[in-house]
Amino acid sequence: MHALAERIQQEFPEGLVKAVEWRGDLAVTVTPKALHDVARFLHDDPGMDFDYIVHVSSVDWPDDDERFEVVWEFYSIRKRHRIRLKTRVSEADCTVDSLTDIWKGADFMEREVYDMMGIRFRNHPDLRRILMPDEYTEGYPLRKDFPLQGKGWRDTFEFLNEGAQ
Amino acid sequence: MQLDDQRTTVYKVDPERPETESLPLVRTEELLLNMGPQHPSTHGVLKVILELEGERITKSTPVMGFLHRGVEKLAEEGTYHQFIPHTDRLDYVCAMYNNFAYCRAVEKLMNITVPERAEYLRTIVAEVQRIIGHQFWLGTQALDIGAMTVFFYTFRDREILLDWFDELCGARLTTSWYRIGGVERDFTPSLLDKLRRFLDYFLPLIDEYVVFLEKNRIWVARTKGVAVISAEDAVNFGLSGPTLRGSGVDYDLRKYEPYAAYPRCEFSVPVGKNGDTYDRYWIRIEEMRESVKIIRQCLDQMPAEGPVMAEVPSVTLPPKDRVFTNLESMIQQFKLFSQGFDAPKGEIYCGTEAHKGELGFYIVSQGGGKPYRLKIRAPSFIHMGAFDFMSRGYMIADAVTIFGTYDIVMGECDR
Repeated sequence: MHALAERIQQEFPEGLVKAVEWRGDLAVTVTPKALHDVARFLHDDPGMDFDYIVHVSSVDWPDDDERFEVVWEFYSIRKRHRIRLKTRVSEADCTVDSLTDIWKGADFMEREVYDMMGIRFRNHPDLRRILMPDEYTEGYPLRKDFPLQGKGWRDTFEFLNEGAQ
Repeated sequence: MQLDDQRTTVYKVDPERPETESLPLVRTEELLLNMGPQHPSTHGVLKVILELEGERITKSTPVMGFLHRGVEKLAEEGTYHQFIPHTDRLDYVCAMYNNFAYCRAVEKLMNITVPERAEYLRTIVAEVQRIIGHQFWLGTQALDIGAMTVFFYTFRDREILLDWFDELCGARLTTSWYRIGGVERDFTPSLLDKLRRFLDYFLPLIDEYVVFLEKNRIWVARTKGVAVISAEDAVNFGLSGPTLRGSGVDYDLRKYEPYAAYPRCEFSVPVGKNGDTYDRYWIRIEEMRESVKIIRQCLDQMPAEGPVMAEVPSVTLPPKDRVFTNLESMIQQFKLFSQGFDAPKGEIYCGTEAHKGELGFYIVSQGGGKPYRLKIRAPSFIHMGAFDFMSRGYMIADAVTIFGTYDIVMGECDR
């Protein structure tokens, strides 16, 4: 097991679900309950020192019970190591803790995840759509059950059909 | 957006004096100003709602997504090879670096080693692209805040390099020259010759750009001390590239996680002190000099000949001349483009130091020819996250400087 994953397991024996190392990337899955504490530990602990937020992302696994996987990636500029922190939530309760209070950069990145995948972030200061229009009602485009061509909203744009007529 | 009534306060000139009808009332209230999406300095289509107190910004809310094309969704529908031209359209000013970052990510996923000559070619072209990016930034940023002359000079020189790209791959902006496992074609002797001549021509010109700006009192006054962010905040916001290095953090993936031919080149990473726009400008100027240095070293060290594409027939494309003469190669080409290659199950993140900052690709693979999920870590988008924080307390006119200081391109920001 990777040394960083071992540290996390010592600190959070119940929070850690699994740790995978592949192609040199360490990915640690934690329970949604432990997420915020683990993130705080990653940021504050001098041995971890993950001061830099790389990206926030999400993956949709429609066949699984816990459908959504939320992914944060951190880097330590002083220690020069990186980690991927993941957690799984179900569709019925797709809410996870926001990490904006630890990394301010998470604000826009989490808004994007909300916009694209519909995952809600608890305690996020301003959880609104960011790339799609505010009045967009067709759902969340990056979910696997969302068709590539959209759900028909685009066909209602008059200016797109003007040329054809 | 509605301004609630509580924020609007009515003040009298002097509360002690009795109110008479003739006394004029001075009413101060917060003003909302929509800047963009059609503002010339927003580099495309970005809208910012500024809350103002007089001419000072008290809060700003970026409104993005006008250029959202769903690139990440499109990636899930095509093969890995087919996504390369889509990356051109992210940061359309610097397509080569996007190709590079994407190809590196897929190579990490597929565990492919690129031949040595291809590594050098990639590094050279990436650094040429960095020069173009910084020239473009220098010209437009100065133009936005009123210094017009330097724009003509940087664009004149940028044109030479774009023509060079044209000769290299047949396109000036949407290049798609990088391939998974190597590059599309080798340099011709004419290209090498032109590049060497350009470097000799270009190095003294950097000093010329500097004179136009640093002797311009207005430009200096509008960049020094504007858009200041401390190193701690910059790291916390996830800023990268010159925007972060201006604050004194030497985070540069070319040094931190060396790739391509960078570990074999000697170059330094310029770092600012004050974290303002002027320092970021200085970093970009110095980076252009460093890029010239890197290209020269690569040209000298590069093996004279050798393959420019890794030989992994199940993944990499066959050379074009073989496709037209050899049956197996044609089948290989056909299969790779129609079905793609079978990627292993797993997930990787690979970041590359583009001229704007860390451009990363997070790819989740479930096997098969298409990525299951592809996430683009776009520096422009993440920089916009710090816009509100960095613009508070500055004047409206400084908002333009702050867009400029990020080197924002909306194609990459909205994806």
